[in-house]
Amino acid sequence: MICTKMIRRIAICFLIVVALTALLPMRYEHQFRDSPNAGPSRQFLLGTDDLGRDRLSRLIYGTRVSLLLATSAAILSCLAAAALGGLAGSGIADKLILGAADLFLSLPWLFLLLMVRAFLPLNVSPLISVTITFLMLGLLGWATPAKVVRAAVRKLNASDFMLQARATGSSRLLSKHLIPNVMPILWAQLWITIPAYVLAETTLGMLGLGVMEPLPSWGNLLRELEGGGIANHPWLFAPVLLLAAVIGSFQVIFEREDYSV
Amino acid sequence: MMLMLLIFLAGELRFALHEEPKTTDPLMMADESAEAIRYLTEGVLIRINRLTQKPEPELATSWKISKDSTKITFQLRENVTSDEVVKTFRRLLDPALHSPIADTFKTEKGTVKVSAQGPSTVIAEFPSPTASLEIMFDQVAIGSGLGPFLVAERKPGVSIILKRNPAYWKKPLPLIDTIRIDIEQNRDLELLRFKRGEIQLIDKLTPDLFERVPEAIDAGPTLDSEFLWFNQAQRAPIPEYTKEWFRSTAFRRAVSQGIQRADLCRVVYRGHATPALGPVAPSNKLWFKQGLTPEVFDPAAAAKLLASDGFRLEKGTLRDRSGHSVEFSIVTNSGSKTRERMAAMIQEDLGKLGIKVNIVTLDFPSLIERMTRTLNYEACLLGFVNVDPDPSELMNILLSSASNHPWNPSEKTPETAWEAEIDRLMLAQAATADYPTRKKNFDRVQEILREQEPVIYLLHPNSLSAVSKQVIGVKPTTFFPHTYWDAEHLTVKP
Repeated sequence: MICTKMIRRIAICFLIVVALTALLPMRYEHQFRDSPNAGPSRQFLLGTDDLGRDRLSRLIYGTRVSLLLATSAAILSCLAAAALGGLAGSGIADKLILGAADLFLSLPWLFLLLMVRAFLPLNVSPLISVTITFLMLGLLGWATPAKVVRAAVRKLNASDFMLQARATGSSRLLSKHLIPNVMPILWAQLWITIPAYVLAETTLGMLGLGVMEPLPSWGNLLRELEGGGIANHPWLFAPVLLLAAVIGSFQVIFEREDYSV
Repeated sequence: MMLMLLIFLAGELRFALHEEPKTTDPLMMADESAEAIRYLTEGVLIRINRLTQKPEPELATSWKISKDSTKITFQLRENVTSDEVVKTFRRLLDPALHSPIADTFKTEKGTVKVSAQGPSTVIAEFPSPTASLEIMFDQVAIGSGLGPFLVAERKPGVSIILKRNPAYWKKPLPLIDTIRIDIEQNRDLELLRFKRGEIQLIDKLTPDLFERVPEAIDAGPTLDSEFLWFNQAQRAPIPEYTKEWFRSTAFRRAVSQGIQRADLCRVVYRGHATPALGPVAPSNKLWFKQGLTPEVFDPAAAAKLLASDGFRLEKGTLRDRSGHSVEFSIVTNSGSKTRERMAAMIQEDLGKLGIKVNIVTLDFPSLIERMTRTLNYEACLLGFVNVDPDPSELMNILLSSASNHPWNPSEKTPETAWEAEIDRLMLAQAATADYPTRKKNFDRVQEILREQEPVIYLLHPNSLSAVSKQVIGVKPTTFFPHTYWDAEHLTVKP
């Protein structure tokens, strides 16, 4: 138990350090054309990429892009899930919302994103383009958390304390009783959704359809690994380590219920 | 005896194409994948030897060109009839088909007429003297299934299996029984599979992978080119003020001067490319216009040129006469790291002029849709695979009426005086067999393209390929297909 708490604290500290480091000002786009594919040195701690851009600067800025946008998309998903799941759980438009959730879950989201990407106006800056992509992710990803919220709201509505509150004529059922009890579930959903969106961006980036040049992200930084060559250039592995550590940290920072008998 | 031994060795040749062929119609093929399948499965009257660059008899046993270069008479092999040939050309030249190959057979006085003279003689008559008559026939697939291989199985998006054609006229060729062509978009995976021995050839190796393959071969500069162009079509659904920039010669020339071609060759192509001066590579000694001045990277001159056209730099942002900030997007195909890197370098170079460039990678079908149908794009970065050194090869790109005319496809009449001049010169060079006259006309075309820069030619890549030691008889060339151009003669060690 103490060990779990310690791990959780380390994970939280690690995420805070990563988030703060990601805010450092970085010149991620400058091309040092005389030093393409350089190995680690004092000037370039993680070497340079094919165009001579400093890998460390790109990794730090890419972390900012990936974490910030994944978190924003996750918040959007959870807010939509809270609203729709809450309505469905309260019996309002339950079938309609459940049907919509099933429809969204059955959508091949990757193809949908590719399609949306093809229809996007071309002349948008990389930041706007990636924001639209994450907005889409956020709007598409409400279904699973909404189902969880719906189930929780239904359970809470049938609980004794809600019955008692209704019987006493409480006028603040929602704000005093329902929302505070649903919040832990929403938090858990948020922590689950953030790494899912980070990985979604990574997948798009690996396909060359993620964040556009010159903006870096974990997805397009990981594309460098496609051709192998890690044995000779182990520093290329840095984005993978960071991604794994961040995703792992997200998985351990919230307390899980102990269902053991 | 040697041949018997090679037949004994015959096995399965395996390589990959990067795209699914867009069409199975051999007369409509324009993409590289479809051309590869056509090359291996279809028969042509005359084949250009990729190594010697000389025409060789294929379905025609011999041919004779009239003294005035207006008529070519083919004697056909037994396995092909003159009716088949005539039928093929009738279909090819049908305007309703819109075949990109048909543009090659156009001259200013009309198109070719093909007629049968008995069962094994075909005559192709051109309305005016035409240069390099025989070369044009290398691209026209006659009938169906007359090549060395037949398509035995096709799994869309996965693979195409070719089997040796038992009826192929060059007995006992082909030596190999099957060719397995996998569709593999990812070049890194292609390399991994090559290293594992799952595929035996990489016909076109990207420069970043070249150093990682001990079996890699640099066969020298190709005639291919990588280029950037702006959308100048009147009907393009883009703002009028951007069209105005793109139609401005000064703007195009300034952009061209602002791009460091030498860096593109050195950084992106790792030295396996040559800066381009126009559509013709300097390695094409016969047709390259000597004396064309190389485009020197000169941001100061570019800025001056832009200022002369009413553009002004305000706080690091270039603005046009009406105050619009100069910003445009460059589309290119996703999955091509080389083009993505080139676009990123162009983006940085033009940033120094105050021009904001957005890079958009699109999957190939979406890109083609925008380029040819909706015309909803601003600038495009792509490449052109040039098989033939003859200028006639460029007819379907340079003629203003051509559907592949990049900056303004299928113009009813040339929209600018210089396009009209290019049309006239290209048709004139195609209408004579006299080399000095053709050269003079085509030199002028190169000069106009250099002056107007409707297409900003960036570089000519070298031919990089990789061949496994298992494959015997490969002679890499600088022309497409680089490694399997004589696939019927190749053998594979078990």
